[in-house]
Amino acid sequence: MTHAPSLSPTSPALPTAGGFFRRFRSTPSEPDFAKRVQFSSPYLPYLFLAPQMAIIFIFFYWPSVQAIQSSFYLEDPFGFGSTFVGMSNYTDVLKSTEYLGIARFTAVFTALVTFFSLAIGLLLAVKADGIIRGNATYKTLLIWVYAIAPPVAGLMGMMMFDQHIGPLVKFVGLFGWDMKVGLNYTDTAAAMIIVSVWKQIPYNFIFFLSGLQGIPVSVREAALMDCRSGFRRFWTVILPLLAPTAFFLLIINTTYALFDTFGIIDVMVKDKAANNPITLVYKVYMDGFRGNDLGGSSAQSVILMIIVFVLTIFQFRFIERRVHYT
Amino acid sequence: MIKNITMTGLALAFSATSSFAATNITWWHGMAGRNGEVINEVAQKFNAAQTTCALTPVSKGTYEEALASGIAAFRSGEQPNILQVFDAGAATIINAKGAVIPAEDLITKAGYTFDRNAFIDGVRYFYADSEGKFVGMPFNSSAPIMYINDEALKKAGVEAPKTWEEFEAIAPKLKEAGYIPLVQSQLTWQFTENFFSRNNIQFATNNNGYDSVVDTQLKVTDPNLVMMFEKLKAWADEGYFAYYGAGWNDNQKMFEENKAALWIGSSGSFGGLTKTAQMLFSANFLPYWGSIQGAGTSSFIGGAALFAMAGKSDEENKCVADFFQFLTSPEIQKFYHQATGYVAITKAAYELAKAEGYYEKTPVAEVGIKQLMLPSGEWSKGYRLGFYPQIREIMEREYGRIFANEVSVKDAFDTIEKEGNELLARFAKTAG
Repeated sequence: MTHAPSLSPTSPALPTAGGFFRRFRSTPSEPDFAKRVQFSSPYLPYLFLAPQMAIIFIFFYWPSVQAIQSSFYLEDPFGFGSTFVGMSNYTDVLKSTEYLGIARFTAVFTALVTFFSLAIGLLLAVKADGIIRGNATYKTLLIWVYAIAPPVAGLMGMMMFDQHIGPLVKFVGLFGWDMKVGLNYTDTAAAMIIVSVWKQIPYNFIFFLSGLQGIPVSVREAALMDCRSGFRRFWTVILPLLAPTAFFLLIINTTYALFDTFGIIDVMVKDKAANNPITLVYKVYMDGFRGNDLGGSSAQSVILMIIVFVLTIFQFRFIERRVHYT
Repeated sequence: MIKNITMTGLALAFSATSSFAATNITWWHGMAGRNGEVINEVAQKFNAAQTTCALTPVSKGTYEEALASGIAAFRSGEQPNILQVFDAGAATIINAKGAVIPAEDLITKAGYTFDRNAFIDGVRYFYADSEGKFVGMPFNSSAPIMYINDEALKKAGVEAPKTWEEFEAIAPKLKEAGYIPLVQSQLTWQFTENFFSRNNIQFATNNNGYDSVVDTQLKVTDPNLVMMFEKLKAWADEGYFAYYGAGWNDNQKMFEENKAALWIGSSGSFGGLTKTAQMLFSANFLPYWGSIQGAGTSSFIGGAALFAMAGKSDEENKCVADFFQFLTSPEIQKFYHQATGYVAITKAAYELAKAEGYYEKTPVAEVGIKQLMLPSGEWSKGYRLGFYPQIREIMEREYGRIFANEVSVKDAFDTIEKEGNELLARFAKTAG
C-alpha cells in the first residue's frame, strides 16, 4: 500500500484514469528504468514537488488541523470567546438520535446512488459498445448530461418533482402514488436519489465505455467461440477485465454520493431541510454556516473525515484484492 | 422601468467617480432582486445628498450568507462598516460583545440626538439590549399578516376572522365553497414566535433571553402553543388547513391560484402578490386566540437590522452614523416602504405616507404597520436566543413530522424544547 493515492474529497482533482492505473501497474519489484530521471542536484526534485505540496498543505492539511483543533472548543463565531469542552462536541453529536438518523440516511443514500449510477452506467455502456451505426450520436446524448452543474441538476429535479406542477409527480400519480416531495420523507429521498443517479450516469458511462473498448478483440473472439451465452460471456470474461475501471468508479461514486450531491440536496430542500432527508455533509453546512456553531460542525467534519478514511482503506484492502490489473 | 434602472446605474457610477476625496464605507447585505436594487438606490440617494462619505452596498447572497461572510471577514479584520443581520441571527451578533458598536452610541457620538420614541412600538425593542438601547438599527421590517381572498369569503358569505375562534366557525363554510380555508408560509415565524407575541405569552426564560445567555430555556411546551398546533393538525385532518412543507412559495401558491381563502404571509408580500394573485385580495392582522387572557398584542418584527461593525476609524464611524440618520429620515423611510413593501419604522414616515393618501390607494400596505403599532404586551417585544437559526430548523423538522403523522404534537414540542435547550446551553458556553 505504499503507493495508495490520496482519495480524500478535498484533495486536488484526481489523476486521470490512465495515470491512476499506471501507478498501480508499476510495482516496486519491477522498476521501470526507462522512466527514471536523473537530477543534477539532489534538491531539484523537492523544488518540483514544492508547488504540489504547498497546495496540499494549504488546502488540505492546514484546514484539517484547524478543524480538529476547533472541534474541541465551543467558540463565539466572531472569535471573542471560546470554551474548551474536550470531547463533548463529539459526544453531543454521537448521542443525538437526529445525527444518527442522518448518518443512516447517508449510508443508504450513498449505497443506492453508487449502485444505481454504476449499474445503469454499465448497462448503457455495454449497449453503446455493441452499436455500430450512429453510435457517436447515442454516446453524445448520454454524455452531455454530465455538463450540467449539480445545482442546475437540483433545480431541474425540483421542477420535475414540484408538488404542484411537477410532470414526474403527475406521472407517478397515474399509478396511484401521491408523491409529496418536500413533505414526505420517503418521497423526497426517492426524488433526491433519482436526480443524483441521473446526474452521475454519464460519468460512469464514459469510463465504462472506454474500459470496454480497451478489451482486446482477440479476447472477445476467443470467448465467443467458447461460449454462446452473451450474458455468461459478459459475466465471466468482460466484467473481470473491466474490474479496474469498476473499482476506480466505485471510489469516485462513493465520494460523489457523500459530498458532491450537496448542490442537488441544497436546491431540492429549498434551503429548508425541515423533516426532509439530508446527508452528513449538508448537516455540517447547516450547523457551521447557517447556525454558526463552529465547534459542533468541526466535530462533524472530523467524523466525516474519519469515515472517508476508513472507507477508503476498506475499499483498497478488501475490494482491490479481487481486482487484477493486466 | 428599465430606463429608470439605467439612469440610477449611471447616477451611481457618476457619484462613485466624483467622490474620490470622500470617506468610503461599505455595507454588506443579504438582499437580491428588486430589494437589492432598492438598496442601491438608497445608497445612491445618500451619496448624492452629501459629499463627505461614499457608501458602497455589496450583496452577499442570502441573509445567512451575509452573516457568515460578515463573521469570516471580522475574524480576518476585513469587516464592512455596516452588516445586515436578520432577526434569527440577532443573538449571534449582539452577544458577541465587541463585534458591533451599538447604533445608539454611534449616533449620539456623532453629535445627533437619538429619540427611541420616534420608532414605532413593535420595532423599538427587538434589536435593542435589555435596557432598551438600540444595538442594531432596524432596517427592513415586516410583520406576519393574514391575506384574505375576497372572492372566496364572498362566495362563502362570511367575514374575515379576527380570532382563531372566528376562523373555526367559518372554516366549514369556506370548505363547502370549494376553498382550502387556511394556508400559511412559515410555521416558525408565524405560528410560533408570533404566537407568543400576539397572544402575549412568554417564549423563553431570562426575559425571553434578553437578560442573560446563561440558563436561558425555551418555554415551547406552553399548553397554549401545544393547543394551537393541535388545532392546526385537527384542521388539517378535516380539510380546514393545508400544509405544503417548509418552503414559503409552495404554500403561497395555493392562495395565488385562488384555491385558498386565507393565507398567513408577510406584510412585505403584497407587492409580489398584486402581480401573481388571480383574484382580488385584502389583508388583516394575524389572528390570535380570544380565549387567551391579554391576547391581541403587537407582533415581533421580522426582517433584518443594520449593525455598525467595530474596529473602524472615527471618520468612517461618523459616516455610518450619518447614513443611519439619513436612513431613518421620513422621506427615505417612506421611499423604502413604498418601493419594497417593508413597513416604515418611524412614526414620522408613517404619518408622511398616510398624509399623502398612500394607504387609501393601497390599504394592504398599512396592515403590517398597524399590527406593529398595537399596544405591546410584556412578551411581545422580542426574543434573544442563541443558535436560533438551528432551533428554527429543529422546529421545522418536528412540524413537518406532525403533519406527516409521524409524531404527536405533544412529543414534537418536547423534542423541540429538549434539543433547543441543549443548543441554548451550548451557546452560553461559546460566550465563555
